[in-house]
Amino acid sequence: MASIADTAAPRRFRIGQTDLIQKIAIATALILFACALFAPLIAPYDPLAQSLLSRLRPPMGFDRYASGHYTGTDELGRDVLSRALYGLRLTLTLAFAGAVIGLAIGGTLGLIAGLRRGWVEDTIMSLVDMQIAIPFTLVALLILSLFGSSLTVLVLVLGIAGWEQYARIVRAEVRKLGALPFIEAARAAGAGPVYTARHHVLPNIVSPLVVQFTLAVSNIVILESTLSFLGLGVQPPQPSLGSMVGLGRDYMPTAPWIVLTPAALIVALTFSVQILGDWLRDRADVRLRDR
Amino acid sequence: MIPYLLRILVKAVVTIFAIVSVTFIATRMSGNPIDTFLGDGLTAEGREELIRYFQLDRSLGEQYLAFLRGALSGEFGLSFVDRRPVTEVVAERLWPSAQLLLASVVFTILVSIPLGVLAAIYRKSWVGSAVMVIAFAGYAVPSFILAIVMILTFSYWLNWLPVVGNGTALHFIMPTIAMSGVLIAALTRFTRNAMLDVLGQDFIRTARAKGLGEARVVLRHGLGNAGVTVISVIGLQIAGLAAAGSVVVESIFSWPGIGQLLVNSAIGRDYPVLQFGVIAVAVAVVAINAVTDIAYALADPRIRLARS
Repeated sequence: MASIADTAAPRRFRIGQTDLIQKIAIATALILFACALFAPLIAPYDPLAQSLLSRLRPPMGFDRYASGHYTGTDELGRDVLSRALYGLRLTLTLAFAGAVIGLAIGGTLGLIAGLRRGWVEDTIMSLVDMQIAIPFTLVALLILSLFGSSLTVLVLVLGIAGWEQYARIVRAEVRKLGALPFIEAARAAGAGPVYTARHHVLPNIVSPLVVQFTLAVSNIVILESTLSFLGLGVQPPQPSLGSMVGLGRDYMPTAPWIVLTPAALIVALTFSVQILGDWLRDRADVRLRDR
Repeated sequence: MIPYLLRILVKAVVTIFAIVSVTFIATRMSGNPIDTFLGDGLTAEGREELIRYFQLDRSLGEQYLAFLRGALSGEFGLSFVDRRPVTEVVAERLWPSAQLLLASVVFTILVSIPLGVLAAIYRKSWVGSAVMVIAFAGYAVPSFILAIVMILTFSYWLNWLPVVGNGTALHFIMPTIAMSGVLIAALTRFTRNAMLDVLGQDFIRTARAKGLGEARVVLRHGLGNAGVTVISVIGLQIAGLAAAGSVVVESIFSWPGIGQLLVNSAIGRDYPVLQFGVIAVAVAVVAINAVTDIAYALADPRIRLARS
């Protein structure tokens, strides 16, 4: 199972050679990160404040536009743009937290597998294979339904979602490095496994991990949005981009802006972060290019 | 060859065993299922009786063994909601899911293989780049957004397509496309890479040198050889992606399949159904993976020699 799955790993290609696309994408990603960071400062309204007199108002430029609500209001008169900005903030926070947890779990296991070999390595890599074989969305449904959709549970689920990718990368890099003379020299000089790992191995695997981390953020944004869309992720009244789309579905025929605003942000986010990941990969270590 | 096949089988069985165990542990760790589900309005005696009936008064180890024994004889308990065996509840959802899956896989193959071949042949021109942008978009746009935008456009604005259910052929169009987005992205990319690998090899140059037409070189010699890799990807990647996709797409379009059942059970906390549904789908995916691996090894002697 393993080696066919190896070729099947999510590995993104570069889209075109156009630097312009990459520049636009990186700028978009940075703007979105800034919007998330400064959401409380730039959001025109409180995301939870209801205004029953101006419900379901359309965006700027349409009839019945309620001044100040640039992308309209929802069924309770809440400002869609403010909710989307706070939703973006929550979605990105969850994605970063999830990616960090995945990195911690996967990186540690991958490092152990690469350094220890033998049955330890076999066990860890079997776990990796299992994680790849099982459709994770289903596991997420089960866990969220059983343990409730609190933010803690959600972050853990999102963290477990991608650990196997880090584990594979770290193990492969560690094995490759282990064969190089300078590691052997360190060992010969009496360096223990922990010392070798910290001072000789880690600095050399930072760049592939940065690339994987970026791509993981994008993947987790998709997973979190999907779960929240289904009603199993972030719970109301707290806004997340996915749950805004999910809850806004009922009003789609008459008030599509409730759905389209967060949907556009999700797509902008996943697109730009994935292109950012590709750009980082291109700039990363030469050894990465032919992988 | 035999040891290789055995290894695939052992791995599949171990994975299935792990899935069954994890779902059991997760279900029990979240507390007494009786209290979670029937918390209010249950007399103390009624509660005791139910606990005895479901054998929740025994130790976890005993419960686990009982659960495994039940699983082996095909008994996974009753649905909390409609009090029927969960196997029955899931089984009647099988056919609609299979139909949608089949439609998506056929659609994916029809779109991706020509696109992938084009992208490989014209990899240096705008055609290749355009195809890759499409494939890239398939990854970046979550299927629920694709579905929502299609519903807005084709159902609410243009009034062409129905949203809910699986009654007619028209009902298949949007769910199939929504399911296929990610699959097309994956398969197009693999077809392109497999074609690039094959087209760079010596026998392709030989075929050209002996004067074969370009179409014949690319399709017969190129795609013919890349096909093995491509088929294995359909088996390995598509099964898992489609299982995840059906959960989302079926619940958006109220498609009466397993995916919708799982989401409804997760929201309604019908744990027996959810537990068995997850096990059933995961087992199906693992089985498809194992069969693909075996077929792949049978088709290509280099693989089984390299791995055993």
